[in-house]
Amino acid sequence: MDIFLQQLVNGLTLGSVYAIVALGYTMVYGIIQLINFAHGEVVMIGAMVSLSVINALVGAHVGWPPLAIVLCGGVIAIPVCMGVGYALERVAYRPLRRAPRLAPLITAIGLSIVLQHVALIIWTRNPLAFPQIIDVVSYHVTSNPDGARITNVQVAIIGISIAMMGGLVALIYRTKLGIAMRATSQSQEIAGLMGIDINRVIALTFAIGAGLAAVAGVMVGTYYGIATYQMGFILGLKAFSAAVLGGIGNIGGAMLGGLLLGIIEALGAGYVGDLTNLCQLSSWSTAIAERCASDPNLTLFGSNYQDVFAFFVLIGVLVFRPSGLLGERVSDRA
Amino acid sequence: MHALIDVKHPAVAKIGVVLIAVALAVLPFALVGIGTAWVRITNLAILYVLLSLGLNIVVGFAGLLDLGYIAFYAVGAYTYALLASPHFGLHWPFWVILPIGALVACFFGVLLGTPTLKLRGDYLAIVTLGFGEIVRIFLNNLSLPVNITNGAQGIAGIDPFRFGTFSFATTQRVAGVTFSGPVKYYYLLLIIVLVVIVINLRLQDSRIGRAWEAIREDEIAARAMGINTRNMKLLAFAMGASFGGVAGGMFSAIQGFISPESFVLVESVNILAMVVLGGMGNIWGVILGALLLSFVPEVLRYTVGPVQQSLFGRTLIDPEVIRMLLFGITLVAMMLFRPAGILPSALRKRELESGRTT
Repeated sequence: MDIFLQQLVNGLTLGSVYAIVALGYTMVYGIIQLINFAHGEVVMIGAMVSLSVINALVGAHVGWPPLAIVLCGGVIAIPVCMGVGYALERVAYRPLRRAPRLAPLITAIGLSIVLQHVALIIWTRNPLAFPQIIDVVSYHVTSNPDGARITNVQVAIIGISIAMMGGLVALIYRTKLGIAMRATSQSQEIAGLMGIDINRVIALTFAIGAGLAAVAGVMVGTYYGIATYQMGFILGLKAFSAAVLGGIGNIGGAMLGGLLLGIIEALGAGYVGDLTNLCQLSSWSTAIAERCASDPNLTLFGSNYQDVFAFFVLIGVLVFRPSGLLGERVSDRA
Repeated sequence: MHALIDVKHPAVAKIGVVLIAVALAVLPFALVGIGTAWVRITNLAILYVLLSLGLNIVVGFAGLLDLGYIAFYAVGAYTYALLASPHFGLHWPFWVILPIGALVACFFGVLLGTPTLKLRGDYLAIVTLGFGEIVRIFLNNLSLPVNITNGAQGIAGIDPFRFGTFSFATTQRVAGVTFSGPVKYYYLLLIIVLVVIVINLRLQDSRIGRAWEAIREDEIAARAMGINTRNMKLLAFAMGASFGGVAGGMFSAIQGFISPESFVLVESVNILAMVVLGGMGNIWGVILGALLLSFVPEVLRYTVGPVQQSLFGRTLIDPEVIRMLLFGITLVAMMLFRPAGILPSALRKRELESGRTT
C-alpha cells in the first residue's frame, strides 16, 4: 500500500508535467488541427535556458534565495520559448496551413532536428546539471513513519501545474483572446469575418503553448536535476500520448490525460518487475528455481521498459477509442 | 523506364541502357581509385535505395504515412544476425535466412497494420513512430532474463554471405582483376536492387498498384468501387516490411555487427525524407532521393572538417552536427519550396498544387 501511494505521488508529479506539455499540443491541435511535432524541443529549450541561467546565477554568488534563482530561470526561459514557438508557427506552420498534412509534419520533424542540434552546438553533448541549491524536504503522506513521502519540490510542481491549468482555463473561457481562440478553432473563415485577426490568434496560441512548455522545462529540470539536448523528443511524445489519451483538442482532456499517463507510467514501472518476476514460477521448473537462488530479481520485464507504457497507451487509445476519454472523434481525418 | 531514358528512338534507348549498365559495372573500380571506403558507402547507398523503395510502397503508393519503417529493417537485421552468428552458434546459409527475415518482417508489418487500419495521416505517423520505438526498446532490453538480442552491446561476428566456399567477405583475383569484399557485395546488391526496381515498376501498374492509388486518393470511394481496402492496406504494409527485412539482412551481413543504435527514429525520418525528397510515388524520384541523401552527407563528412580547419584553424563544430542541421533545414526548405519532391509523380504534383484535399 505504501509503495502504491509512493508511486501515486511520483506519478502525479510526472503527470502534471505531462499535462502542462500536453496542453501545448492540444491547444495547437484544437485551433489548426495540426500536430506540433516540435513542441517537445521547446520544452528542452526551456529546461536548458533555465538551467543555464540558474547555473550562471549560482556561479556568480548573487546570494539570492534559491526560490528567486529558480524563478529567475523560469522568467528568462518563458520569453525565449515563446519566441521559439512563434518562430515555429511562422516558419513551419503558417505557410503550410492549407497544404496536405504530410508537409507540416515533415517541416516539424525537420525543425525539431534543427532545434536539437542548435541546442547541441550551444550546450554541447554533456548534460546540464541542476545545482544543489534547494533543500529537498520530504513530508509523510500517511502516519506510517516508513510510508510514502512527498517532497517540497513535488508539492511545488503539482501546485504550479494546477495554478497554470486554472490560469489557462480562465484565459480561454473568460477573456477576449480566449473567445477569439475558440472562435478560430470553430471556423477560421467566420472568425475572420467577425473581425478576428486569425494569424495573430494562432501565433499567440503557439506562443502560449510554448510558454507553458518553458515552465514544464523548468520543472523537469528541477525534478530530475538534469537536462540534455535529447530530452525533448521522448517527453514530447509522452505528452502527445497524454493529449490523445484525454482527447486531443480538449483542454480538460489534456490535463486528465497527462495525470493519468503519469500515474500509469509510475505504477507500471513500479509493478511490472514484481508482476513478471519469474521466481514466482520456481515450482514449475528447476531451471528457473536454480537461477532464482542466485538472483531473486529474475524478471521478464524490468523498469527499463518504463518508456514503453506511453506508446502502448497511445496505440491502445487510438485503436480502441480514437476520440480519447473526453474528445470528439478525430483520428480518421486525413 | 520513361523518366530516365525516355528517348523516342528504340536504338538510342538501347545505347542508353548499355551505357548505364557499363557505367554501373565499372563504378566500383573507379571508386576503389578514390578510396575503398567509397565502395562501402555506395553499398550502403544501395541499401537505402532498397529501403526507400520499400517505404515508397507504403507511403508513396498506398499513402500510409509510416514513421517506424526502420523497425522492419531492424527485424530483418536481427533475424539474420541471430541465425548466422556465434551468438546462438547458428550459421545458416544466407539464402535460407533472407526469406525468413522477409517473412518475419512481413509478419511485423501485418502486426503493425492490423490495429492501425482505421488511422490516417499524422495519427498513423505517430502510432508507427511509437511502434518503431517499441521495437527498439525491446531490442535494447531483451538480454534479460534470457539473452536474445544481447541488449545494447549488439551482436558481433555476423557471418558474411557465402555460397559453399565462395565468401563475399574475402578478396579474390579473377582473371587478373581484384575483387574485394565490398566490390562483390556491390554486384550482389546491384542485382537485388534491379530485381526490386522491376518488381516495383510492375507493381505500380498492376491491379494492386492501382488499388493502392485509389485508396491513397479516396479510401471511401475505393471501397465503393469494390476494392478490399483492408487487405490492400495490409498488403502494402506487408510488402513494404518485407523489402525492409531483406535490406536489414543484407545490412547485417555487410556490417558484420549490429546494435539497436542503428535503428533509431532518425533513421526512419531519413528514409522518409529520401522518399519525399525524390518525389513520393515516383520510383525514379525515390531512387534519386535515396542516392542524394546517402552521398551528400558523406561528401560533407569529408569536406566540412577540412574546410573548418582551413578557415578557423580547428574544427569548431562536429561535422556530424552540421550534417544533421543541414538535414533538418533541407526537410523544412523542401516542404516549403518543393513539396512534391525533385521528380514529382504526376498525380502528386497535381494534388499538392490544388491544395488540401479534405
